[in-house]
Amino acid sequence: MNDALLLLAPVGLPLGGAALAMLLRGRPAIVERFAGLIVALTALAAFALLSRALDPRPLAVAVFGGWPQGIGVGFAARLPGAVLVAVVALIAVAASIFARADIGPRRRRAGYDALMLALVGSVNGALLTTDLFNLYVWFELALVAALGLILIDRRRHQVGGATRYAVFGMVGATAILVGIGLLYGATGTLDLASLAAILKTRPASVATAVAAALLLSGFALKSGLAPFHVWLPASYAAAPLTVAAVFAALMTKMGFFALMLVVAGVFGRGAAQLSPVIAILAAATMLLCALATLAQTDMRRLIGYHVVAQVGYMAAGLAVGSAMGLAAAIFYMVHSMIVQANLFLGIGAIRRATGSWDLKRTGGMVRSDPVFVFLLAIPMLSLAGIPPLSGFWAKLFVLRASVAADMGWLALVSLIAAMLTIVSVASLWAEACWKARPADRPARGVPGAMKAGMAVLSAATLGIGLFPQPLWVIAQASARTLVGMGL
Amino acid sequence: MTLLHAVTAAIVIACALHMILSRNLVRILLGLALLATGTNLLLFVAGGKGGRQPPLIREGAKVLGPSADPTVQALVLTAIVIGFALTVVLATIVLRGWRATRSLDARDLDLVEQSDDAHAIELAP
Repeated sequence: MNDALLLLAPVGLPLGGAALAMLLRGRPAIVERFAGLIVALTALAAFALLSRALDPRPLAVAVFGGWPQGIGVGFAARLPGAVLVAVVALIAVAASIFARADIGPRRRRAGYDALMLALVGSVNGALLTTDLFNLYVWFELALVAALGLILIDRRRHQVGGATRYAVFGMVGATAILVGIGLLYGATGTLDLASLAAILKTRPASVATAVAAALLLSGFALKSGLAPFHVWLPASYAAAPLTVAAVFAALMTKMGFFALMLVVAGVFGRGAAQLSPVIAILAAATMLLCALATLAQTDMRRLIGYHVVAQVGYMAAGLAVGSAMGLAAAIFYMVHSMIVQANLFLGIGAIRRATGSWDLKRTGGMVRSDPVFVFLLAIPMLSLAGIPPLSGFWAKLFVLRASVAADMGWLALVSLIAAMLTIVSVASLWAEACWKARPADRPARGVPGAMKAGMAVLSAATLGIGLFPQPLWVIAQASARTLVGMGL
Repeated sequence: MTLLHAVTAAIVIACALHMILSRNLVRILLGLALLATGTNLLLFVAGGKGGRQPPLIREGAKVLGPSADPTVQALVLTAIVIGFALTVVLATIVLRGWRATRSLDARDLDLVEQSDDAHAIELAP
């Protein structure tokens, strides 16, 4: 297929689909099938794009408006972006299967499908763009779609969650925009590769240093690194469950992808002074959020803190700065997107079966639905880092990279956080699955659609765990692309 | 002139951040609108001075002559539109909050604990 069409499809299909879904939303049964079809087509396009990005032909680039490359805004199938587009598509497929049981006609009439497609389209746009300002625009578009999704039931607690999300998101986006403006003022270009080429040869100036600091704090806020994480668990808990699962997988990782692109790709060696700062942020995120998970009894907040804690491990890979560290961060990102989405879907199913988000009132899942518990055990063990699941490899790569770069303290902190994670996962397992069901709670089954949605993601986690080599090779190639940007 | 613009942008952004730290939702909303304005001014200053040539020249000519950088103008224009759209979205959220609680205090929105009963579970047909 034509490169330009292939690049446009993962963004254009969902966005065009969102417009049509908005028109169709009065008929929930039709819009549900339509959105499912669009998600399936997007997934096909995303995997075709990934295979195009992996083949040895020159980089696929499409610049819009007939401008030469480096001046116009365009899309490129660069590696970390292309592989993440495929993961996004996988999660969108799982979420749309799960939503058949979780999202009813009332939410579909309120525009759930259109907003979800818009969110997927804008995340894909951010992953594929070659232009720094365009990246900011996709972030804002994703923010608007996300606000709509949080507010979809128009309940009071959702208003609180959406306000928090909107204010933090807008302040973060402003920091990013100011950083972009200063960077443009200093270099005269917004194209990522040209920026990298200029910044890697030129000594740092006050303007580029301030821009780097602003971009770091803006993207750190978007990805939920401590101390910018406080908004995240509360906002995610307000959203409908399927939405929270998609947020957990997409939104923080989108922020982290941009952070990685800017720090490792655009600034490159010029950001070496930022590495200790990122290392401290990463360590604080891992420790504080892993500790915070132990204090939660609401399952959504518990997993919400896990989402943030996992970003800490990726940031640790980024802080190490070597190609190995970057590859570890990318591997971790793919693993974490799949596992976090699956965990959120899992607690949604537990809520459906036991009628409560509160760990004190859940229980008995092992007895009532062994198949579901098996599907949930895979992401839980993977989160805890038990071999041979994907989380084990991801943690191992991060540890190896930080030890190889003489950052033993970072490895130690991540080990401590991993221990805390195991404790937290064990308590979730014991409270929700193992414990006998409280006598006054009715038992209900987990709908088949929920299990089918989880099975897609569990199979992916199992696949990465048993055959980590292909993904590790892709992650290493991605790290090389990032480091070599603009050279 | 650049210094004047820069100081103005700094003052506007400082005022905006001060307002965002308030508990009053409308003040937060206005603060965010002001923040977008301050940012636009800063973008304008960062690259808006004449002197840098735009990437377009007439056919046959080598340079375009003195002109401002069009990219920055495009950026500011886009940022204005995005800032306006987000302000409107936030305004609807604030209005929704006012209707739900009859209060503009952010603490009142926070008070709503998410008990199980408050969360609607919607069963598929």
